[in-house]
Parts: sequence; structure tokens; C-alpha cells
Amino acid sequence: MNEERIMIAETCERLFAAHLDAEVFRTAEAGRFPHGLWDAITENGLDRILVPEAQGGSGLGWEDAHVVLLAAGRHAAPVPLAEAIAAGGLLGQLPDGIVTLGTSGADPEMVRVPWGRDAGHMLVSDADDGLRCVSLDGAAITRDRNIGRDPRDGVVVEGLVTGNMGVDQVHAAGALVRSCQMAGAVSAVLDLCVTYTNERVQFGRPIGRFQAIQQQLAVMAGEAAAAGVAARAACRMVDAGGNIIAAAATAKIRTGEAAGKAANIAHQVHGAIGFTDEYRLHHLTRRLWAWRSEFGAESNWAGLLGRLVAARGADKLWPDLTDG
Amino acid sequence: MQAFAFEPCELPPGADALRTEVRAFLDAEAADILVPARARSWVGFDAEFSRKLGDRGWLGMTWPEPWGQDRSALERYVVIEELLAAGAPVAAHWIAERQSGPLILRFGTDEQRAQLLPGIAAGETYFCIGMSEPDSGSDLASIRSKAEPAEVGGEKGWVVNGRKVWTTYAQHSHYMIALLRTGEAGENRHGGTTQFVIDLATPGVTVQPIRNMIGDEEFNEVTFDDVFVPAGMLVGEEGNGWRQVTAELSFERSGPDRFLSAFALLKALVHVAGENPSDMAAAAIGRLHAHLTTLRAMSLSVAAQLDAGAEPALEAAFVKDLGVMFEQSIPEIAHQVIGASPRIDHGDDFEQVLAYVQQACVSFSLRGGTTEIMRGVIARGLGLR
Repeated sequence: MNEERIMIAETCERLFAAHLDAEVFRTAEAGRFPHGLWDAITENGLDRILVPEAQGGSGLGWEDAHVVLLAAGRHAAPVPLAEAIAAGGLLGQLPDGIVTLGTSGADPEMVRVPWGRDAGHMLVSDADDGLRCVSLDGAAITRDRNIGRDPRDGVVVEGLVTGNMGVDQVHAAGALVRSCQMAGAVSAVLDLCVTYTNERVQFGRPIGRFQAIQQQLAVMAGEAAAAGVAARAACRMVDAGGNIIAAAATAKIRTGEAAGKAANIAHQVHGAIGFTDEYRLHHLTRRLWAWRSEFGAESNWAGLLGRLVAARGADKLWPDLTDG
Repeated sequence: MQAFAFEPCELPPGADALRTEVRAFLDAEAADILVPARARSWVGFDAEFSRKLGDRGWLGMTWPEPWGQDRSALERYVVIEELLAAGAPVAAHWIAERQSGPLILRFGTDEQRAQLLPGIAAGETYFCIGMSEPDSGSDLASIRSKAEPAEVGGEKGWVVNGRKVWTTYAQHSHYMIALLRTGEAGENRHGGTTQFVIDLATPGVTVQPIRNMIGDEEFNEVTFDDVFVPAGMLVGEEGNGWRQVTAELSFERSGPDRFLSAFALLKALVHVAGENPSDMAAAAIGRLHAHLTTLRAMSLSVAAQLDAGAEPALEAAFVKDLGVMFEQSIPEIAHQVIGASPRIDHGDDFEQVLAYVQQACVSFSLRGGTTEIMRGVIARGLGLR
């Protein structure tokens, strides 16, 4: 990583360490917006990292933003930071207040929206995949939460027709930021597991000395490594002018699979303590399961990517992979 | 802080032109290879093909002059990934060029370099690796085949006795680089081993092919019965074998051969699924494609680290473990999605490729370090044990 990214990472670590503790999780997951954490984020301009400097942002790229998203994922941050970053990247500016992303759900009348109740604006793709930043003043909100207990509200805006194709650019940007968050959360889960298994003693020795545990953590570490590479590569691809839908597909498929495997192994090696409310592993794992299915599950993205690959034909498989 | 790092790798300028050159070469020289044969790729033995690669300057290309052309490891990467993706028969020179040459270059003497490297770069001198023994597989430190100092006919050297097994293509190789016991193992069990270049034409060497379960004769048992090895054929330092072997294995564990061994089957799967695949086939292909893209990025990152002189043993272990899991999943998915029952004599291309990869892939997680050993290496790297 270059120096600027190392500085961004350190800023994020300090910020989350200072403003995100068990009490913030408790109140946020009970439905109260964590204003202290959010204000610290916006005062540091992390939400506007992709917005050009002329528009009041940092003017940085996706690979830089990915550092912020990894940190947000590592800390399971219960705020709409990823949504704001994606919206800023697509729009090149951000309106005042909280901005979120709309994604088409099963009900074409209703858009599913992270933090819909708290947001002033929502970015959606219209029927022609053009961007529309819609005010949520007067929108009908049906409050709900995902497994992470973060707000995922049903939103009805009168007269709004969205793309509803599942492959629009808002959807893809959402998948890309979720991929980065998952990569960060998986690496944090790995760290928790290594620390815990080196400390927890059974049969007279740390359980991390047992090969049965080591083999499982080695699998998890491989998933963490692959998720990190996949998320970053996708961000680099977008920075290089690549198609955000193709970039997001690979990242969401690979990080989603890593999320599932890592969460399972983490709970297995932690035993009962990992199943308690008190221990913080579940802040990460519940969000991994939630993020895995948001903005397109692996099956959706894999189907999309597989059809693209199949349409090009077997003889183009290798050239496309290497020439891209 | 994570114990591992995979910085993104940019291919050097000129990589595109080189790739085009290799593809043109393959169009000219490998166009006639049938699809089932392509599935064998780096176990396909074809000395003439290796010599042609040598003529093009694509063997030992990263070695310094006068042995090679001082080109970057990433340029070599482009060449070998193109050869493997095409399923070209690269087995003859494979081990010599990938492992033995770099080892001799790094640890060998000037005389060894002058004697051995030109033949490897020409695609004419082939090597095999003598590590495993009948009683020493994953527990490599327990090897017992030994070399003892001796003087024969006034010439100083060593007398070798013992047996090596699973020695790929020993029957076609000119030399073996053998790891032999020359002293006590010591407390950490890693001492007392030394690497030697053994000319396989020396009296007392017996090479006996071991037919594998597919019916092919690839690996061998090599027996040494009072085999004299001149003093000048000791590689590196006496007693330093373990460290040299460890360094060597990073090259073996992270290259494109670690995720392209079953590429022919993936390609056949895409072909059979057709332009309008079923939902299930599309999802399977998309998932495999995402894995392949990610593995290649990881493997390239390790190549760049090796090129920069680092020793990314942990990162290489990740590539091997994930690569093998990926390769072994392809026949599994092919069964789920297509449901062919492969015939091995007259089946179509997909059937024959599936039949071969289905059988061969069980060896992928054994060669170059078993999955369990790889995961032990990873666990140690994470700070466990």
C-alpha cells in the first residue's frame, strides 16, 4: 500500500476505535442512529472520498475508498458509510444529509433501502439505468432490519420507476462496496479467531495447537486472502475505466463465498462463547451473512457472469481473462 | 495486522507483445494437439516441443547472461501461463526449467552452471526431483537415503545408497537433484541433509516406472546402489539441504500450474454448456470464473514478490491450497451440471477430458506438498502452534 492509503487506514482505525463500542452497537441495533460515530465519519470526509475536490470531496479513487470500506467492514460499522461512498462515486457529488442506495426488491413498487428511515436522499437507477437521486421527504417507510440488525427499510416513492433489473449500476456499486466490507470483516474474523485459539486452553494447551483447529483456520485464512484480493482487484478495475458490473460480479461472488465459509469456521472454533451476545464475533458474522445476500447474492451474480462468459464462447475464455 | 500480503501486480510493458508472440507460436506448433491430450499439459512429454521452446529463448529466460536473457519473472509467467492454458506438452523441460535451473543458479558452482544450464535453456537436458522416499513422504526430514564421502579411482566424491519414489519422469531425465542424508538431523530435525546433482546414467542407478491409477507411467522408483557422485556435484552447502529445498518449493507452489491443471475441463465445460446455458450451468461457470480470476491475481502477486527477491512462502501456500481446491471442484461441478458418464475410449472431448481430470485431480492435492502440509505451513504463518 502507498503512504496515502496507509494514512487513510490509520485514520479509520483510530476513528472506529474511538467511536464504536459495545454500547454503540447495542443502541444502533435497537434502532437509534449512532450520530456520534456518523458525525466523526463525515467530519473526516470519509463519506466523500470518491467525490471530486471541486465538489467538496477528497477526489480519490476506488482503490483508496476500498481502504475505508475494509475498515468499515473490519469494525462492522452500523452506519450507511458504504452507501454514501458508492453514491458519491456514481454521482460525483453528494447532497446534504444522509444518502443511501435503493435496490429493487421482490415488490416492484417498493425499493429496499439501507437506513431508509434516516436518509434524506436515495440513489436509484431508472429504467434506462440512468442515475436518479430521489428525495425521501414524504416517502412511505416500512421499517425492517437485516440479520446484522441494521435498518433495511421498504420505501415507496410515488411515481418512481426503477430499473428493477438487478444489474444496474447502482446495484453494481452496492455489490462492490459490500464486497469490500465483507473482505474487511472476514479479515477481522480471522484475527479474532487466531487470538482466541492462541489463548483458550483445553486439554492443557491452547486449542490453536491442535491440528484440527489449525487446518480450519488455514482454510479461513485462504478465504480471507482471496476475498481481499478479489475486492481490491475489482476496485482497481473500476479505477482503470472497467465495467463496474463485471468488476462487481467477480468480487461479490468471491467475497460472498469467503464470508460464508469464514463465518462458519469462526463459530466452530469459538465454541459456545461465540454464540453469546456478549462476545463481539457476531457483530461481524451477522453482517457477513446479511451483506452476502444484499445487492445480489452470489447465485445472481454468478448466473450473470456465467452467461456473459458462455455467450463469448469457450475459445474466448482465456483471452478475455488475460487481455482484460 | 495480517501476516500475509498480496499487493496487486502489473505486468511489465512488453508483456502483451510477448503474449501475442507465444500465441502465434502455439498456433503454428501446437494446433494439431487433440483436446484430450491438452488436458494433460504439464504431464505431456514431448522433447521436440521443448527444444522448440528453447530455440525461441523461452526456457531459462529470467536467468542472467550468459545462461539466460535476464528477463523478468513476470515475462516468464506470461509464457508459461499461455503454454498451460493451451494445454501444450511441457513436461519434458518442466521441472528442469522451473526448479532445477533456478536452484543451480542460486546455490550451484560456476562449473555446475556451465555444465548444466545451457542444456536446460536449450530444452535438451531434463531433470527430476529426488525428495520423497518409501518411508518419507510428508515427513521429508526423515529421509534415509545417504551420501557418504568416498574416493574412487583417485577422484574425491560421495557414494550414494538408498531409494527415491514418486519421481516424475525419472525414466526420461538426464539428472536428478537428490536430497540426501550426509549427517545427523539434530534437534530441529532439519540438519544433516545435502542436495546433489546425480547423473542418472551412472552405474548403480536403477529407474523403475510405477504405473499410476490412470494407467500412465509418469512417476518412478529410483534405486541407488553404491552410486559414485563426484565432489563437484554437491549443490550449495553440505548440511544446508533443508533450507535450499524450502526456497525451491516456493517456486513450485505458486505458479500458474497451480490453478491451470484442470483448465482444459473448464473450457470443455463452457463449450458443452453452450451459448445459452441453463441457469445452473451459468451460475457454475460464473463462480468458477470468479475463482479463476482471483487465483490468477494472487499467483501473479506471488510471482512479483519472488521477482523482487522476497520469500513469500506463506502466500505461495495459499495459492497452492486454494488452487488445488479450485481444480478439484471442476470435475465435481461438471458432474452436477452436465451429468455426463465419461467413456474413455471413444467418448467426445468433454467426456475424455472429464475422465482424465476426474482421475488425475486426486494427485493435485498430494504433489508439491499435501493439503494438510500446506495448511500446517499456513497455520504456522498465522502465528498458531
